[in-house]
Amino acid sequence: MNDSGILTLVTFAPAIGAVVLMLLPRNDRTLRWTALIFSLLTFGFSLYLPLRFDHARSGFQFDINTNWIGQTIHYHLGADGISMWLVLLTTLLVPLGVLVSWKSIRDRVKEFFVLLLLLEMAMIGVFVALDMFLFYVFWEATLIPMALLIGMYGHERRVYAAVKFFLYTMVASVFMLAAIIWLYVHNAQHNFEYTAFRDLIATGAVSPAALQWLFLGFFIAFAVKVPLFPLHTWLPDAHVEAPTAGSVLLAGVLLKMGTYGLLRFCVGMFPAQSAANATWINILAVIGIIYGALVALVQPNLKKLIAYSSVSHLGFVVLGIFTLTQIGADGAVYQMLNHGISTGALFMLAGMIYERKHTYEFREYGGLATPMPVYATFFMLAVLSSVGLPLLNGFVGEFLVLSGTFASPMPHSMLFSILGASGVIWGACYLLWMYQKVFYGQIHHEENKTLPDIDGRERISLVPLVIMAVIMGVASPYWMKGIDPAVSATLPRLSAGTPGQGTIKLELKVNVIPAAPEKTAATSENKK
Amino acid sequence: MNPIHTVDYIRILPELVLTAFGIIVMMADPLLKPGASRKGLGLISLVGTGAAIAATFCQIAWMHRDAGFSQPGWFGMVRVDNFAIFFHLLIPAISAVCILASLEYLDAQNIRSGEYYALILFGTVGMVLMSSAIELVLIFIALEISSISTYVLAGYRRRTASSTESSIKYFLLGSFATAFFLYGVALMFGATGSTNTVEIRAALAAPNAPSLLAIAATALMIVGLGFKVASAPFHIWTPDVYEGAPAPIVALMSTGPKAAAFAVLLRVLFATTPTQWFWLIWISAALSMTLGNFGALMQNNVKRMLAYSSIAHAGYLLVAFAASSDLGISAAIFYTAAYAAMNVGAFAVVSHVAAGGERYVSVDDYAGLGRRSPLLAFTLTIFMLSLIGIPATAGFLAKYYVFNAALSATTHSGALIGLTIIGLINSAVASYYYLRLIVVMYMREPAIAEAPSRATGAMRLALILAAIATIYLGVIPGKVLKSSDAGARDINPPAAATGKVAQQVTPK
Repeated sequence: MNDSGILTLVTFAPAIGAVVLMLLPRNDRTLRWTALIFSLLTFGFSLYLPLRFDHARSGFQFDINTNWIGQTIHYHLGADGISMWLVLLTTLLVPLGVLVSWKSIRDRVKEFFVLLLLLEMAMIGVFVALDMFLFYVFWEATLIPMALLIGMYGHERRVYAAVKFFLYTMVASVFMLAAIIWLYVHNAQHNFEYTAFRDLIATGAVSPAALQWLFLGFFIAFAVKVPLFPLHTWLPDAHVEAPTAGSVLLAGVLLKMGTYGLLRFCVGMFPAQSAANATWINILAVIGIIYGALVALVQPNLKKLIAYSSVSHLGFVVLGIFTLTQIGADGAVYQMLNHGISTGALFMLAGMIYERKHTYEFREYGGLATPMPVYATFFMLAVLSSVGLPLLNGFVGEFLVLSGTFASPMPHSMLFSILGASGVIWGACYLLWMYQKVFYGQIHHEENKTLPDIDGRERISLVPLVIMAVIMGVASPYWMKGIDPAVSATLPRLSAGTPGQGTIKLELKVNVIPAAPEKTAATSENKK
Repeated sequence: MNPIHTVDYIRILPELVLTAFGIIVMMADPLLKPGASRKGLGLISLVGTGAAIAATFCQIAWMHRDAGFSQPGWFGMVRVDNFAIFFHLLIPAISAVCILASLEYLDAQNIRSGEYYALILFGTVGMVLMSSAIELVLIFIALEISSISTYVLAGYRRRTASSTESSIKYFLLGSFATAFFLYGVALMFGATGSTNTVEIRAALAAPNAPSLLAIAATALMIVGLGFKVASAPFHIWTPDVYEGAPAPIVALMSTGPKAAAFAVLLRVLFATTPTQWFWLIWISAALSMTLGNFGALMQNNVKRMLAYSSIAHAGYLLVAFAASSDLGISAAIFYTAAYAAMNVGAFAVVSHVAAGGERYVSVDDYAGLGRRSPLLAFTLTIFMLSLIGIPATAGFLAKYYVFNAALSATTHSGALIGLTIIGLINSAVASYYYLRLIVVMYMREPAIAEAPSRATGAMRLALILAAIATIYLGVIPGKVLKSSDAGARDINPPAAATGKVAQQVTPK
């Protein structure tokens, strides 16, 4: 059977859905169901990927490569273990995003779902594009629907947030475009292939000074998207103002585009520059972890707190990637998926309470566990997953990242891991504190006593995420067997030909991981 | 002297067709009752532009049959090569869309006269001829034909002071500019003894060519043409003229004459030695991009904003000139087409929203357009995204090819990297003011109490055509790129071939 069409199908199925929605009459019910059906279809198609994924093979699978514009620009899609799971995360979150928007979006329903599906297409495209031109096209294409979703359906300061989001990411991406064109021009094959760029840099034909600029060009585009401290200021605004589905996809997928880019393109293409710049990037990541957590601690607003917790959690991912160790990067990829699930769930839960009370302020809540027990239970699970309780998914990712940092031969890695680990404690503080403020204590507001608990639709939208949190907490090897080879294919290039960085060795590599905790045990033995 | 063959008439067939239709419109106009709608004349003109495009296809067919067709003809004054063909297709298409937009506009503004359409057609004759003329004097005549038509058209809302101001300003400054061009032609004649670009190229390639005089001549011609394309520092007229002129005419004059003037600029510059004018173009490009974009940031009038934006886009185009390679010429040719598609569309929307007396032209008047007329808002969004340079639109690919050409250049590569960076920063800055319009359209509540008039069928057609062209050039530009590449090869023949071409034109 020929698999080459599947990625095209998964990528453009939402776009077909968007076109169908545009043609349908303005009947809100029909529009919602059509959007749901198309997003579920996309999810169904994407399930084909892990079923057919050949774990024995390294490199990109489901490859499709044809000419697009002339001979130079190709339509090249492919997926490895990293991109495959990020695609699945996207296709899982979009139907849930449709479900949580079921009742909250009443005005301009058609435009909302059209934008949501177009956004899905662009996000999937980012993860599977292997032609850098195509990648840039998808990368920029995510910008418009997201900015419009925030600006058209957000809360009070939505226009400000949408414009800020757009300008931040647009300005940063321009530098990446310059770097891409530069690499294309200097590439003897005269194409935009990711592998061609990588090989060009690996040959050493490009001067180190130029490479440093190119690295920074890519880095700034991704760092804004992640967002890395101090480029994070657009994020709280965008999150707080965005509609629930927008927040879920922003936190769940869009931020991962940044970390995915850092791993695939910054580290994958510029191993020497990544190693040379790792120290200050890690400092920024650690500042992000701690700063995000501290700011989250003092937020009086539920959604803002979750937004700052994203800054903190994404700091872990960046730290994991720039330890430049197998374990750290494995953990970073796993943490990307975890964060999508746990923070996606938290934003959905925040959206549900907002629909009832139209506020995110803590002082309006308290004691909700009594009138809304089911809601409280789901919330607890999401919080624990985000905190990183063992047996839930968050633990695996954070543990791998921190042990990777600890084992990393990079300078000051011990310090980074200790400071990073404090972020876990802070995380427990602000998240549990938030839980306490919302659900425990006396009910101060009379109307809160009769708040309806979540209904069937809301439960259905939460169940998949909670189940995934548990499964990914106990059965991580299933994911790791795809992620691990892909990460090692991205990383090893740094062991070769990196002047002054010869100390990096990949002896920590673990090929088959029985279970995550054992893996770390093996790691520390290796270290000794 | 050579006799005139049939083939020579084919070489100017689009011009002949357009002139004939222009005369028909002029003659039909007095037969209609004064005060009656002139829609019928508009439709005749539309057929005229269609016929011009058909005539161009006739030229293409001839070109395939006869290899000698793309050699200079008409006593060596006209050369219909791939380069000319590109503009022969582009310019009548621009005029056609502008006429479609005008049909509704003229009724809304209560302007009832047939010469309007005739002038558009005559202007188109000039522009089309500019792209195929290779004789400087003929280029000058063509330039004047197109300019004089646009001077008159700019003042067509004659009851409005701003329109008259626009016309007079454009006329006075434009006359100065063409005088500069004429000076340049005279000096070039003095330097090389010819006004034919092919002969000039050969003369300047000679070992002891009089370089100083030729440089002065080129510089003067750049001044004249720089005015026509609204590049800094010859751009000051643009906002005032665009603000006062009727919106569909701005759609025309910001794209058609501009494309034609860029065509002339390409012919003139690449007929002389490319490197001598490098810094002139570099400075003009950097200034145009920066002044255009920063000027646009502060505008609250959409027409003025788009005027500054057109200055900025002239700057991006000049970056491709500075690259001075086949790649750069091709990028410049493609850019004219991409810019035409998105800008004609944007001004068509402006002309509809403006309504009677052009009342609604400030950014705030666009508030809630997304609700009031979804089609207008949707197409304007596409044009704005394209002007920003978002992927999958014409504007992105156009910019990409320009910067690609600049970064691929072998000479002056350092200066060109600098220019590229200036350009990229500028496009990031520019995204703010284009985005502002989208934000206002979709994220604010309507400010105008008056219910919007529905767009007529012709206007809808114009918008959809422009939107399709914008997307088409952004997603599957293969065909257009192929013809722009072919045009670039025709205009900038390798040095060795120059002498051969020159020999063929020398009178027997």
